[in-house]
Amino acid sequence: MKTCKEVHRLVIEGQDRRLPLSQRIAVRMHLLLCDACRRFEAQMELLRQALRRFPGD
Amino acid sequence: MADDNFDSELNRLRPTLLRFAVLQLRDEQAAEDAVQDTLLAAFEGRARFAGRAQLKTWVVAILKNKIVDRIRQRSREAPLPEVGEYACESEEFDALFAADGHWQEPPADWGDPAKALEQGRFYEVLELCMKALPENLARVFLMREILEMETDEICKELAISSSNCWVVLYRARMRLRECLQLRWFGEGAEAE
Ligand SMILES: [Zn+2]
Repeated sequence: MKTCKEVHRLVIEGQDRRLPLSQRIAVRMHLLLCDACRRFEAQMELLRQALRRFPGD
Repeated sequence: MADDNFDSELNRLRPTLLRFAVLQLRDEQAAEDAVQDTLLAAFEGRARFAGRAQLKTWVVAILKNKIVDRIRQRSREAPLPEVGEYACESEEFDALFAADGHWQEPPADWGDPAKALEQGRFYEVLELCMKALPENLARVFLMREILEMETDEICKELAISSSNCWVVLYRARMRLRECLQLRWFGEGAEAE
C-alpha cells in the first residue's frame, strides 16, 4: 500500500503525464480508502479547472 | 456585428487581455505588444469569428498563441537557468508529511468547485497567487495550465530535462494550493 506522501505526488504527476497502469491502480485503491488524499485530489482538480477558465468572466 | 461595434467590443476586452499577458510574460512592453497583435489579428479575422463562440474565448485563444510565440522566441534568446536551481528544493513540501508518510494536517475540503469558480473575486485571488510564484516556476506552469501545452513540448521548448519539468510543475501546484488555502478557502479568508 502506498503512503499519502507517495500518492499526493502521483496525483500531481498524473495531471502532467499518463501514469503506468499499475500506478494508476495503486492510486485509485489508496483514494478509495483515504479521505485526506481524496480531498487533495479534489483540490488539484479544482485548481486545474480554475486555470482553464482563467481569467474568469 | 458591424465593424464599429466589433471594434468597441474588442477594446472593452483590452484590460483583461493585458492583465493576462503581463501575468504570463512578466514584461509590460512584451505584453502590450502581444495584446496589440492579438487585437489586430482579431479585427482582421472578424469574418471568421461570426459570433460562433463567445468573443472573449475566441480572442483569448488568439492571445495564447501570440504569447506562446513570444515565449518560444525568448527561450531561444535567453534560456532559463539550468537544472540544479529547480531540483534542489524538491523537498520543500516534505514537512507536510509525518515520518510514516501520513499527512501531518489532512487537506481541507474545498467544497463544490462550481461555487468558487463562478465568483469573479476568486480569479483575482488566483491571479495574486500566480504572481507570487517565482518566475522560473511560473513560466513552466503557465505554459502547462493556461496555454495548455503538453509537458514534453514545454521541456523541449525551454530546454530543461523532463525530471526538472516534473519538479517545477509539482512545486508550482503545491504553492498555489497553499496560497489558495490561505487566501480563499481558509478561515478568515474572503470566500463566503
Ligand atoms: Zn492518503
